[in-house]
Amino acid sequence: MSGGALLCVRDLHHWFGGLHVINGVEFNCESGAIRAVIGPNGAGKTTLFNLVAGTLCPTSGAIELQGKPIQGLPPHKIAALGISRTFQSTRLFPGMTVLENVMVGHHLAEHGGFLRDMGGRLFNSRQENRMRRQCMEILDGLGVADLAEQQARDLPFGRQRVVELARALASGPRLLLLDEPACGLNPSETEEMALRIAGLRGRGVTVLIVEHDMSLVMGISDRVVVLSYGRVIAEGTPREVQANDEVVSVYLGAGDA
Amino acid sequence: MTNARARNLPLLLLAALIVSIQVVLSAMKADFYLTQLTMSAWYTLVALGLCLLMGYAGQVSMGHAGFFAIGGYTAAVISTAGAAPWLSIPTAVLVTAAVSLLVGIPVLRLKGHYLAMATLAFGFIVSRIILGTTLFGQADGISDIPAYKLFAGLAISGRRTFRIQNFYIAWGVVLAGLGLALNLVRSRTGRALRAIHGDEEAAASVGIDVARHKLAVFVLSAVYAGLAGACLAHFNAGIGPSEGGIMKSVRYVALVAAGGMANLWGTLAASAILTFLSLRGAFGLFDDAVFGGILVAIMLFAPEGVFSVLQRKRKTP
Repeated sequence: MSGGALLCVRDLHHWFGGLHVINGVEFNCESGAIRAVIGPNGAGKTTLFNLVAGTLCPTSGAIELQGKPIQGLPPHKIAALGISRTFQSTRLFPGMTVLENVMVGHHLAEHGGFLRDMGGRLFNSRQENRMRRQCMEILDGLGVADLAEQQARDLPFGRQRVVELARALASGPRLLLLDEPACGLNPSETEEMALRIAGLRGRGVTVLIVEHDMSLVMGISDRVVVLSYGRVIAEGTPREVQANDEVVSVYLGAGDA
Repeated sequence: MTNARARNLPLLLLAALIVSIQVVLSAMKADFYLTQLTMSAWYTLVALGLCLLMGYAGQVSMGHAGFFAIGGYTAAVISTAGAAPWLSIPTAVLVTAAVSLLVGIPVLRLKGHYLAMATLAFGFIVSRIILGTTLFGQADGISDIPAYKLFAGLAISGRRTFRIQNFYIAWGVVLAGLGLALNLVRSRTGRALRAIHGDEEAAASVGIDVARHKLAVFVLSAVYAGLAGACLAHFNAGIGPSEGGIMKSVRYVALVAAGGMANLWGTLAASAILTFLSLRGAFGLFDDAVFGGILVAIMLFAPEGVFSVLQRKRKTP
């Protein structure tokens, strides 16, 4: 649609049995911008997110990345096209260090199969060193390089969130999907997370945040989409959206909605 | 450089241990033990392959004896047929790989208990085919399998004069299999396998083709088993239907569990020791029961394996 749009969602529908959870959703993500999708619980935010990430296949409609349809592709192919994600309840790999988790995230940046990797350092030492160095740079950029050798699952929740962000960034995404990044964080951690997300703006990453918590989103997003019962009820800058009567009533539960 | 040396040191120590076992046993005129140690090496190769599949990639196979038997019986049929005896082991490996590919494609869509049950059923099928087919000698198995000639006068054979060299051939292959597996788990591919074990959805979200990796490690571990089966058939000059039985499959799972699941060294140690004791008859008539018991005990008391429990004991006095 518009020239600068990285992601276009058009007339998207999804049904869970008889439940119309996504009902004609349309919006764009402008390249380099931070776009938020907000809405009360049950509005269909996470479903929308899973449709974009490929975890679910939409009933109808189109999701386009730079004009190419991606709806219905499996998650690993969507990741290969440059979309990476975090999860609502962080899902780091158990039994692996922070650095190893991020190196898994860096999987797509390198090539090689079973046979070459069985050959060991003779064949892949340069690749290993390169991966290690680049992943350390990512951790360093997020200010958590000191955690590299720790077991990821042993970290406090707030730190795990940052590691998951690092893992998602390690695949070098064009579009980063963040599923409720403030969920489970205390106010100071939320603020820290907001700064980190805002800091991505300069790196050429487009961000799509799905969030329940308005406070994180309003400060850092360029544009906001508001969902309620699977429909887009408002779209605009944070200021415009906050002034919208319908949004206010949905959030505050006013009787005239 | 120092890193590479530190990595290879344990393998060198294992090689030294292998040599010293042979030297000591020969000096003590007790080299008859080498026969069971050689057999134990071939079974250990199966356990190492299963360790990659089950311990690292998290995909349970309760039918690995089936792959061992496919390798063993293919080698037995080809080498007793007379034509081109050198074809026996390569063909056995290829046939095992092909069967595991065909079985793996549908079966690996299943997870957890369902995968365990499907592979268990595969093991049953192989076992019944062996018992019902005259080509495979039914309940009698296949005997009079000739030695497999390698090069420079070496051969995989159980005859007394070949005893020492076969000990080295078998443990040499195990050492190589261990080295390759260690390389794999420390690489990009190995991290992908461990990630799949931990969380398939998260692994796919960073671009890992989960189905392809599972299938590849399934075939790889079947190849370890098929190669071991073929070599042991030549070494024993025969193979019987019990090699493809369910109890053998349970045994391999027990060995990997005792070794600590995602622990190649632990699996090697558990397998070498327990299989040797079993072959020496240490468990008597209760042989299969002992391995079943080991599996239950490990799951109850030491799900991380015997060695990690010992390690923890040492750390917290």
